[in-house]
Amino acid sequence: MPIKVPVTKPGLDGHDRGAKIVARALRDAGMEVVYTGLHQTPEMIVTAAVQEDVDVIGVSILSGAHMTIFPKIMNLLREREVDDIVVIGGGVIQEADVPKLQALGVREIFNAEATTQQLIDGIERVVAEFGRDRTRRAAASLP
Amino acid sequence: MISQRVHRDLARAISAVENRIVPLSAARATLAAQGHRPAAARADVIGITGPPGAGKSTLADQMIEGLRAAGETVAVIAVDPSSPFTHGAVLGDRVRMQRHAGDVGVFIRSMASREAGGGLAPATRDAVRLAEAAGFDVILVETVGVGQVELEVVAVADCIIVVTVPALGDSVQTIKAGLTEIADIFVVNMADRPGANRTAVELKHMVHEGRRDIPVLQTIAQDGTGVAELLAAIAVYRGAEAANTGRAVRFEVMRRARDRAALAAAALLDSPEGAGVFAQLSAHQIGRNDAVDTLLAMLGGPVHAH
Amino acid sequence: MQTPEKTRSLAEEQERWEQLTLLPFTERRPESRATFRTQGGLPLERLYTPEHLSELDYVRDLGFPGAFPYTRGPYPTMYRAQPWTMRQIAGFGTADDTNGRFRYLIAQGQTGISTDFDMPTLMGYDSDDARSEGEVGREGVAVDSVDDMHDLYRDIDLEQISVSMTINPSAWILFAMYLVVAQERGFDRRKLSGTIQNDIIKEYVAQKEWVYPPRPAMRIVRDTITYSAQHLPRYNPVNVSGYHTREAGSTAIQEVAFTLAAGIAYVEEVVKAGLDVDDFAPRLSFFFVSQIDFLEEVAKFRAARRVWARVMKERFGARKAESMRLRFHCQTAGVSCTAREPLNNIARTAIEALAAVLGGAQSLHTNGYDEALSIPSEAAMKIALRTQQIVADETGVVGTIDPLGGSYAIERLTSEIEHGCFDYFAEIDKRGGVIACIEDNFFQLELADAAYELHRRKEAGERQVVGVTKYRDDSPNPALDLHHVDEAASQRQLDRLKKTKANRDDGAVRATLDELVRVAKTDDNIMSATLAAVKARATGGEIVNALRPIFGTYVEKPVF
Repeated sequence: MPIKVPVTKPGLDGHDRGAKIVARALRDAGMEVVYTGLHQTPEMIVTAAVQEDVDVIGVSILSGAHMTIFPKIMNLLREREVDDIVVIGGGVIQEADVPKLQALGVREIFNAEATTQQLIDGIERVVAEFGRDRTRRAAASLP
Repeated sequence: MISQRVHRDLARAISAVENRIVPLSAARATLAAQGHRPAAARADVIGITGPPGAGKSTLADQMIEGLRAAGETVAVIAVDPSSPFTHGAVLGDRVRMQRHAGDVGVFIRSMASREAGGGLAPATRDAVRLAEAAGFDVILVETVGVGQVELEVVAVADCIIVVTVPALGDSVQTIKAGLTEIADIFVVNMADRPGANRTAVELKHMVHEGRRDIPVLQTIAQDGTGVAELLAAIAVYRGAEAANTGRAVRFEVMRRARDRAALAAAALLDSPEGAGVFAQLSAHQIGRNDAVDTLLAMLGGPVHAH
Repeated sequence: MQTPEKTRSLAEEQERWEQLTLLPFTERRPESRATFRTQGGLPLERLYTPEHLSELDYVRDLGFPGAFPYTRGPYPTMYRAQPWTMRQIAGFGTADDTNGRFRYLIAQGQTGISTDFDMPTLMGYDSDDARSEGEVGREGVAVDSVDDMHDLYRDIDLEQISVSMTINPSAWILFAMYLVVAQERGFDRRKLSGTIQNDIIKEYVAQKEWVYPPRPAMRIVRDTITYSAQHLPRYNPVNVSGYHTREAGSTAIQEVAFTLAAGIAYVEEVVKAGLDVDDFAPRLSFFFVSQIDFLEEVAKFRAARRVWARVMKERFGARKAESMRLRFHCQTAGVSCTAREPLNNIARTAIEALAAVLGGAQSLHTNGYDEALSIPSEAAMKIALRTQQIVADETGVVGTIDPLGGSYAIERLTSEIEHGCFDYFAEIDKRGGVIACIEDNFFQLELADAAYELHRRKEAGERQVVGVTKYRDDSPNPALDLHHVDEAASQRQLDRLKKTKANRDDGAVRATLDELVRVAKTDDNIMSATLAAVKARATGGEIVNALRPIFGTYVEKPVF
């Protein structure tokens, strides 16, 4: 069962070189990547994640606005009662902010020097550890 | 009533069926148990297919706007090809439709074709049925119409729109290769580009030869030109279940007949009789055209299609 | 150059050297890899000789500085007259905050101003728009109205100092604001010098700042060029850019080819509107990156000049020397700066700065060591500026023009890049021109492929990053005094915006916007109507939104 992951760029920043390379690399690793494009609001990201029933949301932020964006995404996931979707991020995120993001529930932050293999391994790991076990859930919800 | 909860439950149901965790019937039962009801006896299923770059997603985006304005809820299933090597995929169709992200009456789901082993066609058909069970009025199925799998999927639609663009080289020929049997409406998109009228005329000729009455429309999906006319043309087909089943039968018969004929032809070419004809060709006793006619005559039936 | 007889003999000599000297040596000690390539992917030979330049004709291909084909430089005296403009970019918080940084940099010896705007301003959103939340004043300065622009350039003599603004889809609005400020402060607009980046084509390809789709966006650029040609003899209304394309992962050839192709598209657009090419082409300027692969970069700048000169002469029939002469601003490569061991970036930037100068840049921004971590701190900018000053005042390279001209390697690489450009031009023409290529995603796909290819080469170890992939020691980074984002700045900006709106005549603003809409529906120049709106204190967002119903909003179709 392929991992399904949206690669998202919230906010107004348009630098998508990294996001596109990640999308290709994840595809080459056998994942199904939903590319949501640029200029996403947290609402658009969460809507896509819910409708696509993804395992993990990848958020790319280079603009420094991560302490505004991530809380909004986590809140929306809670509101929509899908707080079992794992959230990870990458880009230009100061070391000092990483623990704050983890406290919000962001499972992993990849800095710009992470290799694509590290990213792939990291996604597989967080999905295995924190992600939904679809088999169990689907079976449990049968009448 | 379409709500955020419907989105979540429908999304999970589609995953469960797509990944073969539960069969369709169980997933439908779950949706019912969760309190979701279909909007009517059946939803209207509209297929949108055509070569890459034709503007299908942009057209779908405009159609959604029109349908929503008429008060209908819309689910979109957008199918993209998986890599035959890695089986991964980049699903990018929803980018074109994302202005509807804040509208709870619109549900967009991307699916990878997962072609190895023919996994998709049933999964997409099931997704359509689940969206219907969840209560959506209209379901758009968007595929890139180049593979057999996509054609099968589209065959379950009540109305199939085949989209092309002007001057796409041999676009009319590409269309001929299999989509004519199932098209209900032809759309020439990007109609502001040179060659639009010519392409439309070529399609009309082809339609006329096939003796079916298929409208050939022109649109500029970018700004919505022609979309209202398209929705009006589609309206004729909505609720037409009989036509849908009939078309699926026609399609299946044509496909199997083609496969059968291809097998027979291959067998003849490799047979001793066939070898004899090739020997004559090598010895310059007969020319190329004669060789073809002779082999076809051996297969039986007319030598030329009319 | 060499006569055939001499060249044959040279070939034989080289053959002998390879057999007698090279081969035995490599048998004992092989070279570290089978092939060497530049960062942009061009093959790098073991040795370049006159053999590699047999097609080159000095007068035809190199010529003299300040004369066709400008390979050796756009001016006859280059840096012997004066060095390039040292133009460090600045922008953060409110206009007041940034004005302070401008004055600091000028006091440190900077000779031109360069302005970075925040994401909302770049994208045409006001600070109070829902989309702007969390981004006001963060990555650049917030400018909502001409009142902000007044504060931004307060106490700066606009007739004496040139002002560059890095702004694209909303460039025409910021341009109007700048002109209104100059007018309201009594400056003679014929003396104003500066640039708006205003290169919308590369946005769809690389930087991805946009509002409207390509065709209406081109019309706006055209209007700024014709307006500027008429009224501002010293102003550059476009800075056609390759920096962003290269930062997005393109090759060096693509950087030059796509940039000059965009230049061609702008020239065609303005010529179509009825201007003679010599009326406006002299004021087109360019912007390239200076990347870390030293030889390729020097060659690249020279190739760009030669290609543009030939294009302007042969394709457009330009007669004025100034129309054919490519002038460019340069910035060292952000992408080459590391977050780990950031002080190493000072060395990288110095090398890249030297390449820019040996390549003949007219204007240069050098990155701070903190480029990968944050927007530049004062301390980082000071060192970056000193770096340029060291090149200008200590290295001696300013004393002679195009010192690497004649190097076999440099000339060969220059020619290869030139040929690559003309190949791309032919392909673009075949596909129906630049706008058609954008709509069909041609550039975007070429770029995505190049970026992915470079990424694979890096991950395969072909390209190393010192301190990161090689010589990595995992010791903690030095404590740096990074730029602190003032979180209170966005509230200050919202208050400023409220004040502007409270003090203006809303009826008058509405009237100017209605007029702007009316003009936009025709093919007339929108600058006058925009100036009126700006002067009435309409905000950037109000102006952009007024035209959305007419021009549409662009949605990208991403390619992988």
